[in-house]
Formats: sequence, structure tokens, C-alpha cells
Amino acid sequence: MSDLRELYLEMVTDHAKNPRHRGKAEPCSCIGTGNNPLCGDKLVITINKKGDSIVNVKFDGEGCAISIASADLMAEVLAGKSVNDAKNLFEGFHQLVTGEGNPEVPKKLAVFSGVREFPMRVKCATLAWHTIIAALDGSTEVTTE
Amino acid sequence: MRQISQIADAFPALHQSVGENPLVYLDSAATTQKPECVIDAVNHYYKSDNANIHRGVHQLSMRATKDYEGARGKIASLLGAASSDNIIFVRGATEAINLIAQSYGRPRLSDGDEILITEMEHHSNIVPWQLLCEQTGASLKVAKIHDDGSLNIDSFKELLGENTAIASFTHVSNAIGTVNPAQELCLLAKNAGAVTVIDGAQATGHMKVDVQEIGCDFYATSGHKMFGPTGIGCLYGTHQLLSDMEPYQGGGDMILSVSFEETTWNKVPFKFEAGTPNIAGAIGLGAAVDFINELGYDSIYTLEHELLVYGTKVLKNIEGVRLVGTASEKCAIISFTVDGVHPHDVGTICDHEGVAIRTGNHCAEPLIHRLGLNATCRASFSIYNSTTDIDKLATAIQKAITILG
Repeated sequence: MSDLRELYLEMVTDHAKNPRHRGKAEPCSCIGTGNNPLCGDKLVITINKKGDSIVNVKFDGEGCAISIASADLMAEVLAGKSVNDAKNLFEGFHQLVTGEGNPEVPKKLAVFSGVREFPMRVKCATLAWHTIIAALDGSTEVTTE
Repeated sequence: MRQISQIADAFPALHQSVGENPLVYLDSAATTQKPECVIDAVNHYYKSDNANIHRGVHQLSMRATKDYEGARGKIASLLGAASSDNIIFVRGATEAINLIAQSYGRPRLSDGDEILITEMEHHSNIVPWQLLCEQTGASLKVAKIHDDGSLNIDSFKELLGENTAIASFTHVSNAIGTVNPAQELCLLAKNAGAVTVIDGAQATGHMKVDVQEIGCDFYATSGHKMFGPTGIGCLYGTHQLLSDMEPYQGGGDMILSVSFEETTWNKVPFKFEAGTPNIAGAIGLGAAVDFINELGYDSIYTLEHELLVYGTKVLKNIEGVRLVGTASEKCAIISFTVDGVHPHDVGTICDHEGVAIRTGNHCAEPLIHRLGLNATCRASFSIYNSTTDIDKLATAIQKAITILG
């Protein structure tokens, strides 16, 4: 049986309880809303972008510990990255949480490797990512259902 | 009456471990586990009697028909229907309500007509009516609830009027367990001239339902929430209304004669059962009815009520746990939240302890929002549960609080 401690690592619970990037990015270049209708979770992600470069990312909304921590750590990792970097990071993150590979990811994303043992929680971990990638691609609303 | 341990013995799926812990199944409002007798009945049909019904002169078809129609008779008696002709087999309560909306509502309703529901409905008693409103120009009215999750009867009364064509409400709330005063609501709706529909999906596995005593026009229920298989349920309707209604779907078995110029319908209830139905499901549901009758609704209610009382007490005593839905009349469903811990995380941690609960909005999003929430945890009980199961739930909740609270 998968270990709960692998899912709720200290960094995850810390960012879930005390997110650093809650709020609205100013000036806001793009905005995306992510819904997880089964859980009732909703995240609004705002991005301050200059040209191809992501200056900073903020999120707001309600969600479980995994989705909030994932949104917060995603915001931390994406600051200063290009849109292309973001897409590559998401690809690696997606492989990490679904267990489809052993990608190289930043330490702050690697804390979600335990999610692969909890398939029902993959959509929690990826909600923020799906939302931001869609927003960067010009779509304003996504759902993980 | 059998002891709880003996009752639980009848349910094979309960006897397994989830990871290192024995399974504690507290999600019976989603679907009940199946007793051996139901599984055997389905097996027996496929192994020994498998044939199509109503059309074969051979032995297997006759046996299958007898058992399928026998099941209709059993469910009719269980619900207190005047005759088995009042019972239409459907996939479940959802299909039953869609059938009423489309076969009864669509040809009759128009601009200005109103459909009255309540704030505590499952999506299956909201969306079919919204579709009907779009199709006919009718409008949807929603009776309010009190903060404790009980229906505000005054609001229901106020919204009933000469334009109310249909009043449809849940017998028991799937999300918070409230039991509605079905008989009183039907009387009010009848006096206003409305046709009454009851969503009984959460009732028939737990308490005696007598459709004639309640006085409803339609009653919908699902087999899988009353120990039967999935994909089978039934719609009760009064003979007059069912006879007057148009068929729901066209196909085989629902016709009397077919020509390219004119087709005439079979009699009720066959008019509403186009195509080969879920024969094994109906036979399994028949076995589930036998199982309920063997235990008796009085025993079922008493046992589950004890679980409700004990569970409410235990959960209330955990610091940070808030009960959602505290109406005086409740079935054994306890919805709750835990301060600082999202329901989804509570669900994962409970599962890790072997305790299966449901989390989310329970397909009753407007209700959960009305209560000021996005999601709750829900523990729902059936006859195979014990107070020990509730103690294990409490331990799991404490663990969630330790990890995340």
C-alpha cells in the first residue's frame, strides 16, 4: 500500500497551509479558470507575462492540499521561465505524477512524485498546470473531468 | 433478526482488505454492496435460464419471462403499488425521471407552466427538468431549505400555484440525509393541481415506502442502492397517467402492431420498455427485494438509526468536525467537513485506513453551494455496518487532522 507520507510530504502540506502565491498577478496578461467538478475545486490563475517570458504567476480559489500546493509550487517554479519552458515542465510534471516516466524535474516539483501511487489524485495535482497551459494558449476555462 | 455480523457475512465484497486494513464500506448512498443471493440470482439467470423474454415459446424464454415478470411483481408489492402494471423497469432513478419529463411532460407543458423542485435535489432531479423547460418554455421553481437541511415547507407552499404542472422532490437527500415529509408535500401539490414525482433512490433501501399511502403520481428508484445490480431501477406511475402517456423510446416489445403506415403501442407497462431490457438486472433486483423482506424494513430502519445516532455523536465530538445537515428527520447519511482539511484529502486518508467514504458535492452542487460549501465528506451507512466501523472512521479523521489540520 502506498504510503501517505509520500503523498503529503512536509513541503506539500506547508505550501497547502501557507501558500506564497495566492492572489492576482499585476499587471495581468492572461487569466485561466480550472474546474474539477467532481471535487468542487476551482482555481483562477493569473499570469503577468512580458513577451514570451512569464514574470510571475498567482492563483486563487479553493482546492485540496494537493491542488493548492501544486498551484503554489507551480507559480514558484514558473517565475522567469518562457512559455516553452512552462510546457516542457508540465510535460515532465505530468509524467512524474502519472508514473509514465522518470523525468528530470525541479526539486519543488519532485515532491509530487508520491501522487503516482494515488491515481485518483492526479487530476488534483495537474489542475493548476492544465489551467495555466490553456491560459497561455489563449483558452480561459478548463476542466479536469 | 440476524446479527450484524451475520448480515455482513452475506455480502462477499465486504470481506477484503484495502492495503493493510480490512475494508470499512461507508459509501452505501453511492451504491450498496450486493448480498450473495442477488449475485446468485444474476448468475443463475445467465447460467441456466438465459433467453429473451416475452417472445419465445421455448422453455428458457418462459423461465426468463416468469422470473423477470416475477421481479416486477415483487417490487410492486414492496412499494405498495396496486398492480405490477404500475411498475416500469428502467436503468435507474435517473432514467425514470427523464422518462417522466419526456413522456409525460414534453407533450403537455408549455410556456407559463411551472415545475417545482427543491434546493436539496440530486442533479438527476434537476437537469431532466431543465431540459424539459428548454423544450417546452416551462420554468423551474426551487423551494428553499432551512440551514439545518430540512425543507422550508412555507417556501414549497408559496411556490405552488395554478401554474405548477409538476412538483418533483427527493424522498431522502443523498448528500445530507434529510427525509422529506412525502405524504404532506404530495397532498399540498395535489391540492394545487400538480402532478407529483418523488425521487426515491435513497429511500427504498432503508425505509418502508408505500406509494399509495404517500399519494404520489410517480415514484422513481434505483436497484443498486437497495442491494440490487446496477443498471436496473423502476418507475412507479398511476395507471391513468401511464396509460395516457406517450412511449419513451420506440423499438421491439413496446408495440402491439407495426406497419409502415401506422404503429400501435403495447399496453402499460410494456409500452415503456422498448428493446431487450436488463433481464438479469431485474431478476437480481427481485432477489434484492426478497432479501429486504427477509430482514424487514423495521429492523433495517432500527439498525441504521442506531448507526446514525452513534455516528452523529462520535463525529460531533471530534474537534474541528462540523456536521452538514442536521434535520430532525434523517436517514443514516452523515455529511461533514473538517476544519483546515479539504474533503478530498480526508477521503484519501480515510481510504488509506481502509475506510471508504465519498467526498465532493455528491451530484447536488446547488445544495452544497446553498450550504456555503464547495464539498463535504459523506459517510453513509447500511445494514452491514457497525459502530466499530464508525470508530474506525473517527480514527481516520483524527489522522487527517494530524497530517493536515
